[in-house]
Amino acid sequence: MGDQRFEALKGISFDVVAGEFVAIMGASGSGKSTCMNILGCLDLPTSGRYLLDGLDVGVMAPDQLAAIRNKKLGFVFQGFNLLARTPAVENVELPLVYAGLHAKERRQKALIAMEQVGLSGKERNHPSQLSGGQQQRVAIARALVNNPAVILADEPTGNLDSSTSEEIMGLFASLNRQGITIIMVTHEHDVAAHAGRQISFRDGRIISDSK
Amino acid sequence: MDFLQTLKIALRALRTNKMRSFLTMLGIIIGIAAVIAMMAVGTGASYVISQQIASIGSNIILVIPGSTTSGGLRTGSGGAQTLTSDDSTAIMAECPSVAFSAGSVRTSGQIVNGNMNWSSVIMGVTPEMFDIREWPVVAGRSISQQDVDGAVKVCLLGQTVADNLFGSADPVGSIVRIKKIPFTVIGVLERKGQSPQGQDQDDAVFVPLRTAQRNLVRSQRTEIVGSIIVKAKSEELIGKAESEIQALLNQRHRITNSKEPDFSTRNLSEILAVAEQSAKAMSLLLGAVASISLVVGGIGIMNIMLVSVTERTREIGIRMAIGAKKNDILLQFMTEAVLLTMLGGLIGIALGAGGATVVSRLLGWPTIISIQSIMIAFLFSAAVGIFFGFYPARKAAGLNPIDALRYE
Repeated sequence: MGDQRFEALKGISFDVVAGEFVAIMGASGSGKSTCMNILGCLDLPTSGRYLLDGLDVGVMAPDQLAAIRNKKLGFVFQGFNLLARTPAVENVELPLVYAGLHAKERRQKALIAMEQVGLSGKERNHPSQLSGGQQQRVAIARALVNNPAVILADEPTGNLDSSTSEEIMGLFASLNRQGITIIMVTHEHDVAAHAGRQISFRDGRIISDSK
Repeated sequence: MDFLQTLKIALRALRTNKMRSFLTMLGIIIGIAAVIAMMAVGTGASYVISQQIASIGSNIILVIPGSTTSGGLRTGSGGAQTLTSDDSTAIMAECPSVAFSAGSVRTSGQIVNGNMNWSSVIMGVTPEMFDIREWPVVAGRSISQQDVDGAVKVCLLGQTVADNLFGSADPVGSIVRIKKIPFTVIGVLERKGQSPQGQDQDDAVFVPLRTAQRNLVRSQRTEIVGSIIVKAKSEELIGKAESEIQALLNQRHRITNSKEPDFSTRNLSEILAVAEQSAKAMSLLLGAVASISLVVGGIGIMNIMLVSVTERTREIGIRMAIGAKKNDILLQFMTEAVLLTMLGGLIGIALGAGGATVVSRLLGWPTIISIQSIMIAFLFSAAVGIFFGFYPARKAAGLNPIDALRYE
């Protein structure tokens, strides 16, 4: 804390191939969140490089990073992080708003994404009128809508009961089968089991990487 | 991100906290309403003054006699009987910057029509007087040079006098008695209203100058006039005309450096211009006071926007994670602030205009709401939004997305 330097990640190196479904595991403080922030272009590594789709993210300015997040990444959070008092479809449209698409095109793409996650008919509902599982589906639709290279999911089932968790993981698995790369942080082994590859962190280092 | 979408987001944010938005706007509403009302009252006042300037006629210089000393007592200015009809004629003939010059005498007395009587000001004038004061008749004819030359016993009535002596009847052709002498009414003058000093200018009777000099006024010589009213050829020539008159009269009255002049000149337009200036300064002052409340309202906006940014830190984080650039966030919060102040401005303009109308109805004050003042008020309210919205918006745009996302 403060001026004291703390190394969250210590010399880690791994590649994720397009189309993979990776689960990142580890206890709190293991460095997995920092790793996620770097993968999500929300944070930059102090040293070392991160290549996303062949681009060196480390040298980019904040607005360039924002553009990268917008076009190449989709985020799914533990707490859903939807905009309250905003209809589901407009939440899904949000990345397209910042991509500069026109209203008509936005709505069209958002409706397709909502259909993909099985939420047709819930477009006008506000987040507070949806169940946890449905809210997470809206969040996934929002992550999908701009055709990202990678979907980053941070404890996506953390706030859900076990049967809803299963549904959401099933949705991720089916999206992955359609060719979408997914990187997911979790500390639950049965959730991680849905992924094709598990990477475990401890004290800032990778302790296992199994396919 | 397109502007329409920004506007939509801002509107939604304002609707979410309706009461808070309204209370925040209230400061701007009151400020703008005050500015509009004050400017309306101020503009109204200076309009009345400029109307009064027009009512005495434009480009006017008044020449009045100086004071006289008799037995050690000095009379006030205008007390001496030093100006004559010839001075007036000479001014008109010899001063190139003068358009018209008219000498007049003034007295007061009872005017009688049958069983009606009315005490009024009696003016002995020449025809030029009505040119100078831009004062036409509405019935009958005006006083002619022949009336003056022949000292004919005819008179023109001001509206107030006509109303009081004749009611709704037509006075033209009737005989009235002025100081017991019968005069034929030849015309009635147009209504002129109040003078800048608040006198009723229509409460007067006009007779030919020479008639008044011979029959109504007591003076040492019959050719004496009480004052000379002069109209300069144009506004720019007023000063020049004034010095020409002074030079001419100094010469005619044999005034040298050692002798005090027995007349003085007054530039009426100048006096009234000062009055107008002070009315304008007054309305500017009122506007300045009102704009202080606008600044206070602006600080209220800044305060609430700061609260809003803190409250919505997580929303800002989500937007940033999803791809909002710094400018998108900045614009979003700026739009919200400007929307608040502009809505407040519009309501304030309506309220201020309504208030000004009520004031002019209830108190009889003239108020004028100019398009200009509405534009200024509206732009000012937008400027308040931009100025006081910038700091909170910049704070929002400067947030670190990771911290913002983690904010509870």
